[in-house]
Amino acid sequence: MSAPTYDLGHLHGGLRLPANKSVSTGQPVLEVPVPSQLVLPITQHVGDPAQPVVGIGEHVLKGQLIAEPDETLGAPVHASSSGKVIAIEPWPVARRHGETAPCIIIECDGRDAAIQRVEAPVDFTALAPDDLLKTILQGGIVGLGGAVFPTAQKLMQARTSTIDHLILNGVECEPYISCDDLLMREHAGEIISGAQILMHALQVDACFIAVESDKPDAIRSLADVLGEINDDRIILKKVPTIYPSGGEDQLVQLVTNREVPSGGLPSDVACLVQNVATAAAIHDWIIDNQPLISRVTTVTGDGMANHLNVRARIGTTIGDIVGQVGGYTDCAEQLIIGGPMTGKSVSTDRVPLVKATNCILVMAKMPFPGPQLPCIRCGDCASVCPVQLLPQQLFWYACADDEDKLRDFGLMDCIECGCCDLVCPSHIPLTADFRVAKGRIRELADEKARAARSRLRFEARNDRMEREKIEREAELAQQKVSAKKAGPSAIAEILKRKKLEREDDE
Amino acid sequence: MWTAVITIAAIGLVAGVGLSFASRRLPSRAGGLVEQVNDLLPQTQCAQCGYPGCRPFAAAVVQGAAAINLCPPGGEETVRHLADLLGREIIPLAASVEPAIAIIDESLCIGCTHCRNACPVDAIVGAHQLMHTVIESECTGCELCVAPCPVDCISMRPLA
Repeated sequence: MSAPTYDLGHLHGGLRLPANKSVSTGQPVLEVPVPSQLVLPITQHVGDPAQPVVGIGEHVLKGQLIAEPDETLGAPVHASSSGKVIAIEPWPVARRHGETAPCIIIECDGRDAAIQRVEAPVDFTALAPDDLLKTILQGGIVGLGGAVFPTAQKLMQARTSTIDHLILNGVECEPYISCDDLLMREHAGEIISGAQILMHALQVDACFIAVESDKPDAIRSLADVLGEINDDRIILKKVPTIYPSGGEDQLVQLVTNREVPSGGLPSDVACLVQNVATAAAIHDWIIDNQPLISRVTTVTGDGMANHLNVRARIGTTIGDIVGQVGGYTDCAEQLIIGGPMTGKSVSTDRVPLVKATNCILVMAKMPFPGPQLPCIRCGDCASVCPVQLLPQQLFWYACADDEDKLRDFGLMDCIECGCCDLVCPSHIPLTADFRVAKGRIRELADEKARAARSRLRFEARNDRMEREKIEREAELAQQKVSAKKAGPSAIAEILKRKKLEREDDE
Repeated sequence: MWTAVITIAAIGLVAGVGLSFASRRLPSRAGGLVEQVNDLLPQTQCAQCGYPGCRPFAAAVVQGAAAINLCPPGGEETVRHLADLLGREIIPLAASVEPAIAIIDESLCIGCTHCRNACPVDAIVGAHQLMHTVIESECTGCELCVAPCPVDCISMRPLA
């Protein structure tokens, strides 16, 4: 069964980029040994930082919970190997804002002893969906496609609206990255098992697995497994190799021909998208009782001696991984965590591998594209924008700091894919400008909310003072009345007592 | 021809009566405008404009008694929005301040409650003769608590 289908919705714009993937897909995934030291950031997800639940000097086991989120949005962090917690301190990390973040540092003892789990693996089909979601929450699983939104909370949010399709994202459209490709080739069974768990958790009975057309091996291995298990709820879909067809909203559009509304979520059009690696992580947690403590990542780029995919423990530093796979070449110049389009350039290889790290890209010196020139209004950016925005117009308003207009022109829907940058003949760093402008808009919204709160507090205070004044006057009037009633002798008595009290005080 | 004249006159009469009724009976727009201006202000209640709070300043701006560039915490942004709303010229800010929050040196605080009473947004907590502290998330940085402190233990810490 399940020959991949190819009926598709329309994707606006996008680019056909040189994939540069074949160099890293030639060999199987290599297991990187546990390093001597692990660095585990307490924020590896969207939301508030998880709070450490271990102390310095404490011995931890593999899979032990070491940081726990509070009630709000977040995901727990587990120790990736056994050893001693030697510090909880700021460490360089790869993320958009700030250079360092608080990390739990574990000195590994090399035994890699796993914690004994009390709960035996459960039959997920016997669990109620809500209980299953609660279990998933404890596995520390986040969206492994790069957005790292806590998976359980994404599912809980989706459960509040009607969902009819689960979509597994195996598109992996960004150049150089091939970790999902290798995962699909080697662990198709786990991915499909994860899909079945997700379908049970969401109570849907239709699932699409979308894979880009340039990954025939992955498609074959998924199709083989699907043929064996004969689950006709799951359908394999091939999508064209266009960047950024793997963007969440773009994929929904491609696979179901439904457009996610501006500012909305895929759940608004009854879809839920999960990365294939997330599905595999859910299988590992629910079936094998293994929390998210390792992931597959691509190590590639002109600056690397070897190009391959590795499975490394979360918290292994990039330097350790690179050292294990053959080191840098002489021309290595720039280290990028993530892909060439959406990744983040970092200045040190001491940064750890985190749940979000899908690629370690080491580039040779990149040719200078040329100085930034004025916009000539060619409109190329608008024709490639997958969200159908008008980047040249947005650029105009971003330069003028006109937040209202930026919002009107849909800046908040920009997915920061970088297509407009790439085609701009004037070399304008549009995406970077948009990122700054988006931050500014969020900041203004925060200020607005703050002002509204201050105003409420101010008005509440004024009301209270007014009330107190009236009460005090009423009390005084009351006292006057009672004093009059008591007569002048009583007043003289009171005054005398007060005077004595004052003298005593002094 | 007379039909036309009478029709036009009748329309004029009806519209005139309607308009005069509306102008007398319906609430005047000025009140609404003060609210709109107030919405654009940062609500720090700092009185740096010379008025005892954001709303009085908004009222003065609408009446034309105050210029639109007197709000230092609002910055250029607020001047621009006010100019847009009221159709006035954009003028440079009269004075600017860096965003900051108040911080109490708790080892010096004597618990006199003067700062607590001065805070326009109830962002200072502390009982009589006990240490006071500022609720950081609620402090608007208005500096109104700095002057009343008899032991000068309140300082302004710039934000970021």
